[in-house]
Amino acid sequence: MSTSAPGARAKLNRPVDEEDHSSGPENALVTLVEYGDFQCPYCGAAHLILQEVQETMGDRLRFVFRHFPLTQIHPFAEPAAEAAESAGAQGKFWEMHDLLFENQDLLNERNLPAFAEQLGLDTERFARDLQNNTYHERVRQDFSSGVRSDVNGTPAFFINGFRYDGSWELGPLLAALQEAADNNE
Amino acid sequence: MSDSNDRKETAASPLQAGTQAPDFTLPAGPDEKLSLSDLRGRPVILVFYPADWSPVCGDELALYNEILPEFERFNAQLLGVSVDGVWCHRAYHKDRNLHFPLLADFEPKGEVARRYGVYRESDGTTERALFVIDADGKIAWSYVSPIDVNPGADGILNALEGLSNKEDSYVNERAGSKGQTQSTGR
Repeated sequence: MSTSAPGARAKLNRPVDEEDHSSGPENALVTLVEYGDFQCPYCGAAHLILQEVQETMGDRLRFVFRHFPLTQIHPFAEPAAEAAESAGAQGKFWEMHDLLFENQDLLNERNLPAFAEQLGLDTERFARDLQNNTYHERVRQDFSSGVRSDVNGTPAFFINGFRYDGSWELGPLLAALQEAADNNE
Repeated sequence: MSDSNDRKETAASPLQAGTQAPDFTLPAGPDEKLSLSDLRGRPVILVFYPADWSPVCGDELALYNEILPEFERFNAQLLGVSVDGVWCHRAYHKDRNLHFPLLADFEPKGEVARRYGVYRESDGTTERALFVIDADGKIAWSYVSPIDVNPGADGILNALEGLSNKEDSYVNERAGSKGQTQSTGR
């Protein structure tokens, strides 16, 4: 009855679809899905590594970010996730995603609107979205799909649909992605 | 994984599904004790983990803490167990804002973990092990994760779903047989 027999790698429960925020070609050799939390320092560290990874892999990689806010230990993780969604609705998800990670020590009620302004968003609409928790459900959907995919902490990575349990330092992560690309070539 | 052989040597053999879960009474705080049998009538998720204060924020217990509402949909009680003492547990519990009890398998050390087959002699800690126990105190599912890999929650949720389906079909069966009795009575 167990789907998680020892040795079996956890599988991505919800395939990447058009609801997802993705960067890179749809038909890339490798799809890397991250479940992340904007207030998690490990995700912040991984963010810098992922930028290098994306640069190195180029068109061979599609990167997808899904929300996994740990709200009990990170009080601004949920508002930050909703802020990214609100920016996404105005076409600037990745810009906000980057800004949030680069300023993750500054996440608070005052700074989120300042980030929106910095990105040239419609700040009234942004404020309304946060006030009304417009994207709460959207963030929950990501979270639930993570739970059912056996996300086991943040950041959690899935390479071509399987959880990657190795180190996400640049070297090992790149090696794993390149191997996945070679297998698909 | 280069250490998989080492792991095999030290891996205990966890109690399997279908076994009656050994009852225990452990401190849940400085002046508080909790017995497994107190929780009869609802599913219990027993989470053995190696130690408090593991140096990652998205760790196993933080994850389960976050998912607690999903477990509560099944009326399940989550219990964390490690060989750490009550004061250590208390500080950790507070720091991580946990909303479920941490039990101290501290004296005699690892006694409960041994009874569940998940004590690691070589380290003096427990395995990363999960047990889902049904309302009658029987183990419905168990799983031991590699010590350096946090298990996720999907296996637990599958097991809880299995239990609630069983309950539903039991209720349906009874409803069905009642219907039959009525029709034969006619």
